[in-house]
Amino acid sequence: MKKATSKAKTLPKKKAVKKPAAPDYRIVVGLGSCGIAAGGHKVKAALMESLKKAKLNVQVSDTGCVGMCYSEVLLDVHHKNGQVYTYGNMTPDRMARFVDEHLAKGQPVADWLVKASDRALPDDSFYAKQKRIVLRNCGDIDPEKIEDYMAHGGYQALEKALKKMSPDEVIKEVLDSGLRGRGGAGFPTGRKWQFARGSRGDKKYIVCNGDEGDPGAFMDRSVLEGDPHNVMEGMLIAGYAIGADEGYFYVRAEYPLAVERLKLAIEQAKKRGFLGKNIMGTKFCFEMKIKEGAGAFVCGEETALMASIEGQRGMPRLRPPFPAVSGLWGKPTNINNVETFANVPWIILNGSAAFASLGTEKSKGSKVFALAGKIARGGLVEVPMGITINEIIHEVGGGIKDGRAFKAVQMGGPSGGCIPAALGSTIVDYDSVGQTGAIMGSGGMVVMDDTTCMVDIARFFLDFTQKESCGKCTFCRVGTKRMLEILERITKGRGQEGDIELLLELAEKIKISSLCGLGQTAPNPVLTTVKYFRQEYEAHIKDKTCPAHSCKELLKYEIVPEKCIGCTACARVCPVTAISGQVKKPHVIDQEACIKCGNCVAKCKFDAIKVR
Amino acid sequence: MKKTPGKKANPDLGKINRVLAKYKGNKGALIPVLQEVQVALGFLSQDSLRAISEGLAIPLSQIYGVATFYTQFRLKPIGKHLVRVCHGTACHVGGAEKISAAIEAGLSVRDGETTADGKFTVESVACLGCCSLAPVMMVDNDTFGRLTPESAIKAVKEY
Repeated sequence: MKKATSKAKTLPKKKAVKKPAAPDYRIVVGLGSCGIAAGGHKVKAALMESLKKAKLNVQVSDTGCVGMCYSEVLLDVHHKNGQVYTYGNMTPDRMARFVDEHLAKGQPVADWLVKASDRALPDDSFYAKQKRIVLRNCGDIDPEKIEDYMAHGGYQALEKALKKMSPDEVIKEVLDSGLRGRGGAGFPTGRKWQFARGSRGDKKYIVCNGDEGDPGAFMDRSVLEGDPHNVMEGMLIAGYAIGADEGYFYVRAEYPLAVERLKLAIEQAKKRGFLGKNIMGTKFCFEMKIKEGAGAFVCGEETALMASIEGQRGMPRLRPPFPAVSGLWGKPTNINNVETFANVPWIILNGSAAFASLGTEKSKGSKVFALAGKIARGGLVEVPMGITINEIIHEVGGGIKDGRAFKAVQMGGPSGGCIPAALGSTIVDYDSVGQTGAIMGSGGMVVMDDTTCMVDIARFFLDFTQKESCGKCTFCRVGTKRMLEILERITKGRGQEGDIELLLELAEKIKISSLCGLGQTAPNPVLTTVKYFRQEYEAHIKDKTCPAHSCKELLKYEIVPEKCIGCTACARVCPVTAISGQVKKPHVIDQEACIKCGNCVAKCKFDAIKVR
Repeated sequence: MKKTPGKKANPDLGKINRVLAKYKGNKGALIPVLQEVQVALGFLSQDSLRAISEGLAIPLSQIYGVATFYTQFRLKPIGKHLVRVCHGTACHVGGAEKISAAIEAGLSVRDGETTADGKFTVESVACLGCCSLAPVMMVDNDTFGRLTPESAIKAVKEY
């Protein structure tokens, strides 16, 4: 848990800067989790090696997620004159040429550029429709240096709030901005703060919910890794507003790098007097602690999360009382999500009107989305509310991978639903997305093409929620299990007449008889896929076929005799020797023996094997 | 069901006591204590849970309840390296099942099991949060993205 990767240890240590002349180039390597996974540390090591030989006056630093995850490893070059060049898909063996041509000779390697301040490039459209508030520093500053954050206006919002505004004025500003909870439910943040401020108590808490459990979502991880001080500043302002003096970061156990950077950020803020007693010379005192989650999706629910901080099983309880009245250890507590807090410093500095000028009538500001799945440019994007789903997918995301057809987008993770391509003109705001049957959610957007089976996707999410149900409510515990069993038999070709109706009945019952959001929303993936893709369910049940050719048990592999030349390649890769035939004569697949592994299709050069 | 008294100088006990001392008097210490003991000892043995129960004055039943609620805690030892194959939405859509199948076949284990030589434990996890590099896996704390069945098993075998 301590180190981001063991490879980090082998890196050359950054030397203390000994006041040299300003460097000719400042190079920034993207080292968020994505960058590291794509080989960021190896690229940086190779870069340092090449630089050693070149003897140039260059400064190298790290940054968090840049957003263009599809082009990781990314590397920025800042020139003294303000020009900035971004390289994508960097590998260790590209470093020598990069150092030689760009740094030594001053000629950027045009083929590898993905973004540059002095020329237009195809990937510019990735940024054209984005509006970066939460991500304003991500991929720009070094998240391990508080000075970098401060040089970008960091902690000025806290100073403004503490010295020039009363707690009520801070709350009013947030209320007027129209900011709503970015964890997914969309409750007005200012109202939540008002409730917590209005609660009586000798002790109050602020909790930051960083238990990003939706599979397919990585916004909070990227923000915590890329700009930890921004989130902390938002929490401090909230603490001042409601009258709390202690805060907890609750971070998922799977995010070791985020935890490491938060620990560092807390240390640095303490040294500067932004945490502790009498912050910035005022009466405001605040302590910050980190609690690492232990792997339970239900802990994203606020009452379960608090139980987990208290050291108990993370099981939700009935509300009211709401946390604002009785939360952590029975004290008034305000819980917001990472992205919500990350908006706050910007709102305080730029004013509620600037924030409210973006978005739609009921959904203000911007929203961060994690674009993933079958999309050409997957990554982290921040767009103004009110943009359409089509704009995000086709313009920002560059369309579907490999030129295939856009089928649906899954929003809101296991609590959300699948929005079909036909509803691509839906605008992104809490209410419009809600009308489709999906939810805005925390920001996961998993894009699906025509090879994705919608029944299988519903089964996938039910498998997840069924495992993650804490077991407290019977309908959630047993109902999700029954739904999963039905979905499993449908995808295995054993679906029965009436299964769809049974699914819908169970779904309704689970929704109304579960205590927390997990159970109340668990049926959504099934409900939306039945609503928009009912014919796929029917094909599985009645015709025993999977239109997307995805459900293994329903596939049938056949050799087209006219196309088969009898090269025997397929027979040689078949693990169960189900393919027989003489050399130079058409082969045959024994349907009984075939295990549908797909090896033969991948091997055949003559397109002679058909999958039905 | 072994009894602890009578055993002399259990080296594990020293490590547990160090963790307990660090959290003495802290509110909500149970989960961090379990986490740190697991990091120090690899898993949570019955003896460890007993020692923690005594140290924190929390009933063993309650500790067992917490330890079995959260997926992070293990009550059985694991292999030298932990291979976590991501089965989040993006990885699922991107073919995570084939990655798991390749690793399980390559190491001759099933999901959740440890290899006979004790070198690897393989498990599927919900989401590692590197969705744009799907399919993804982690070996210990190293993340590998854009996997194919071949590259996945190759990366594992390099450990």
